Amino acid sequence: MGENNEKFAQLKELIKRHKGQPGALMPVLQGAQGIFGCVPEDVQKVIAEGLGVTLSEVYGVATFYAQFSLHPKGQYLISVCLGTACYVKGSQKVLDKLSEVLEIPVGGTTPDGRFTLEATRCLGACGLAPVMMINGEVYGRLTPDAVPAIIEKYKNMPGDAA
Amino acid sequence: MENKINLTIDGVQVQVPQGTTVLEAARQAGIRIPTLCFLKDINEIGACRMCVVDSGARSLQAACVLPASDGMVVKTNTPEIREFRRNILKLTLSTHEKKCLSCIRSQNCELQKLCRELGVDDEEEYAGIKNEYLVDDLSPSIVRDNNKCILCRRCVSVCEKIQHVGVIGPVNRGFKTAIESPWEMKLSEMSCINCGQCIVNCPVGALYEKDETKDVWNMIRDPELHVVVQPAPAVRAALGEEFGFEMGTSVTGKMATAMHRLGFDKVFDTDFGADLTIMEEANELVERITNGGVLPMMTSCSPGWIKYCETYHPDFLPNLSSCKSPHEMVGAIVKSYYAEKAGIDPKKIRVVSVMPCTAKKFEARRPELGHDGMADVDAVLTTRELARMIKEAGIDFANLPDGDFDSLMGESTGAGVIFGATGGVMEAALRTAYETITGEKLTDVEFKAVRGVEGIKEAEIDIGGNKVLVAVASGTGNATKLLERVKAGEKQYAFIEIMACPGGCVNGGGQPIVSAQKKMTCDIRVERAKALYGEDRAKALRKSHENEEIKQLYNEYLTKPGSHKAHELLHTHYNARKLYAD
Repeated sequence: MGENNEKFAQLKELIKRHKGQPGALMPVLQGAQGIFGCVPEDVQKVIAEGLGVTLSEVYGVATFYAQFSLHPKGQYLISVCLGTACYVKGSQKVLDKLSEVLEIPVGGTTPDGRFTLEATRCLGACGLAPVMMINGEVYGRLTPDAVPAIIEKYKNMPGDAA
Repeated sequence: MENKINLTIDGVQVQVPQGTTVLEAARQAGIRIPTLCFLKDINEIGACRMCVVDSGARSLQAACVLPASDGMVVKTNTPEIREFRRNILKLTLSTHEKKCLSCIRSQNCELQKLCRELGVDDEEEYAGIKNEYLVDDLSPSIVRDNNKCILCRRCVSVCEKIQHVGVIGPVNRGFKTAIESPWEMKLSEMSCINCGQCIVNCPVGALYEKDETKDVWNMIRDPELHVVVQPAPAVRAALGEEFGFEMGTSVTGKMATAMHRLGFDKVFDTDFGADLTIMEEANELVERITNGGVLPMMTSCSPGWIKYCETYHPDFLPNLSSCKSPHEMVGAIVKSYYAEKAGIDPKKIRVVSVMPCTAKKFEARRPELGHDGMADVDAVLTTRELARMIKEAGIDFANLPDGDFDSLMGESTGAGVIFGATGGVMEAALRTAYETITGEKLTDVEFKAVRGVEGIKEAEIDIGGNKVLVAVASGTGNATKLLERVKAGEKQYAFIEIMACPGGCVNGGGQPIVSAQKKMTCDIRVERAKALYGEDRAKALRKSHENEEIKQLYNEYLTKPGSHKAHELLHTHYNARKLYAD
């Protein structure tokens, strides 16, 4: 709770710095994402009130840009490449399998906060297609069958392994 | 001398001031360019590309945001441009729910009209994935159906820029873009003021009022019930438009006849309620001035404004007049005085209000507006809903003889009629307050300084040697501007009239819908107000306190304005509201 209060104090400081400037919403949202890791509802309400804009506007901008996340991301961020090379090599099937194993939609986070599943553009490792990354670690030449074992490995890691 | 620009549009020479758009220049040259997202002064964003023209640039340009320049040669209507526009329409149709036969906007839909005009011959040419949305019908006033939304953003602009409410906006991106409230909230969970300006500015059937015609038909057919109807002042100034009458034609007599023929047991008039409101409100104002009450006093007739004040400016709640709005007053009197006189059990009476307003539907459900467990008003229809009932009943409205309202609450003065235009309540109150305070007869009853459609008006009125400063605002965005002046203490106003809709009730969210193209050339606030001021001039009595039925009501029942009984029936209270539901 104390940590959260500190974060909101930082947010209010940030809002104060930008209030009244044209286009203040973008830098404030970016800063807020830096502070909280995402821009959830209570944070957006503080921004709206602080900048004197409507919650509709804040939410509209936050959902327009992919860089903003409305919900906290999981401890492990799984990014599956849907670039051309990976896609023709079957990365959609890998993504579908991950979604099935984790029981979350693409863009979702598991209820225990451990995994977030995302589709991404070309990761620049086309020679290894199809490719995914888990917190910076690259997995190449994937097949749907390989998915459960990889997930199992991360499930068994210690809780603070990010 | 401002700089003039000469340009040629479709071979026609036209001269316009610098800064004029090509769309406007073309209009002045008598050339109509089709538009869809464009809404004059409100939504000029060049988003839909329907108004594209060839100005010699590399690609076609949107005329609504293209400034005219000297020597410009513009073509608005080549085969390529028409094909381009047809394609935009087909793409729009690809994810539009095309249930035109049952659509509430059929025959009054800007998309449908453009498709017919431009000869769209295949609405399924780009058929593919469609977004599907749940219809949000949880608000008592407004239904939002995104399956028909074409993302023009006219509703968003009017809500945000004109009303300073901003409870809807575009969310997500690309094909997933939708007009929504934030965080998947429903309109009823937001601080929507129910004004319905989104509805009257929607080009298609994505926004409409919560229909109550079925409830009203059921009341009429129930032999146990005694159903009373009352139309607001502004309804008579616009209902005719639904039946082919020129804008600004007053159809009071035909409307009264139509209401009788629909089967209502009594046809009373909210104009009577307006006169009654003036009696109570003028009395309240005089009391506040003489007893040092909270000033400026602010009007309370507009339920959109009341909810706006409760939500966005709760500091001003003590300034609001405690008077119920006119139709609520009529409802309360119908279920007490009228019920007694007619010997009818008030529990068997249903009061139906026909209003130019969608916020009245919300207001009628406020638990504090009733007594003995009965709501003052049981159903609220918009002007459009009344028109639909008349059409459904097959009544030939245009050829109806003029009828009249029923007695006890059918008589009204010119003061009651002008309630429907911005400044009208102020003028009506001044007519009565002047005579009450001075004891003299007011010879010129027309207070022209408070008339007109400017967003904020101010006037200094001489009442028996005392200068009284008053102000009038319409549109809640203008209300905020005026309240900021009051807060800053710049001026000491005694009385302020505020209406939620720009121009007042004549331009209410429940009125007949006028296309954006027509609004480019005609100010509906002005035209409809003319009908009301015309009725006022034609009335023998033009001051509320001269209304014989009002006198009778006070003599037989209420005693005097502000009496205990009057307070019980005709006054209310307000509560601060949160911005979002918990």
